[in-house]
Amino acid sequence: MRVYLNGDSKDLAESSTLLDLVNELNLPSARIAIELNRSVVRRREWENTTLNENDRIEIVHFVGGGVGETGVESMQILS
Amino acid sequence: MSSAIEAKSSDVFRIAKLALTSRLIIGTGKYRSYEEMRAAHKASGAEMVTVAVRRVPLDRSSESFLDYLDPEMKILPNTAGCYTAEEAVRTARLAREALETDLVKLEVIGDQTTLFPDNEQTLEAARVLVKEGFVVLPYFNDDLIMAKKLLDAGCTAIMPLAAPIGSGLGIQNPANLRIMREQLPDATIIVDAGVGTASDAAIAMELGADGVLMNTAVASAKDPAAMGEAMKLAIQAGRLAYLGGRMERRLYASASSPLDGVVR
Repeated sequence: MRVYLNGDSKDLAESSTLLDLVNELNLPSARIAIELNRSVVRRREWENTTLNENDRIEIVHFVGGGVGETGVESMQILS
Repeated sequence: MSSAIEAKSSDVFRIAKLALTSRLIIGTGKYRSYEEMRAAHKASGAEMVTVAVRRVPLDRSSESFLDYLDPEMKILPNTAGCYTAEEAVRTARLAREALETDLVKLEVIGDQTTLFPDNEQTLEAARVLVKEGFVVLPYFNDDLIMAKKLLDAGCTAIMPLAAPIGSGLGIQNPANLRIMREQLPDATIIVDAGVGTASDAAIAMELGADGVLMNTAVASAKDPAAMGEAMKLAIQAGRLAYLGGRMERRLYASASSPLDGVVR
């Protein structure tokens, strides 16, 4: 099935969960956060959150930044 | 111990439940290296840093930027780069989930060239976030009426700009800050953006700001650690000068020595 991850399309195995996705991406689970179809999914719910075709997923972390000035990528944080 | 030092040690900077000694909040962008950033942070004495929320890069392993910060630092996530209230609210929610903090420096930018805030969207986002239990610190134009609206909305502290972000122009409208201080004596006012060098930070504090947030002035200095320390001292000096209460300005001289007994 196809989902949209941070704005790009991605193919995932059927009935993948958010936790499967985090593991597949080799992301550290600490200090990241996930939004599924514009709502935050709490960390403890990643395991039980099954993804569906066309889901829109945003995974964020933290970068250096002061005030409004994080450069080019600042234009599109979320879509 | 001198009375000035005593006054200083009891002069706590409060943001919600936090009690800070340093009145400097420092940014984490634009440093040439993480080592340089850490050294500057240390020299500045800041106890709180602000960080931005971004999509994780999926094409490379992402090291955690936060690991480069002093673990003692309090982290103030910001919504830098957001152009609508909705984006800012979503970003704040994500930051809260990732960091388990209710603190958020709310920033809704209205224009790419000036990075001036969109006050209307900022207020809208502030109302939503306060309702959701966030401790909201909004960046806004140095305008008393907007300040009142943000405080009425339940913001914990307000963060007026002193000049455009990253401009280093210094305190462009001291009268506005002074009026804000006089009219809102109980508000926590943190000057955010525009400071270029130590004297700017001192002026902000002398005008009665409770704190100063800065990034570029330190990160883009030739020697960020030296500038960080300069900012620490300037903020302490400005704060003491504010508490000390400056003399009235006079147009004419007023002799400091008695006139009686002068040898004629």
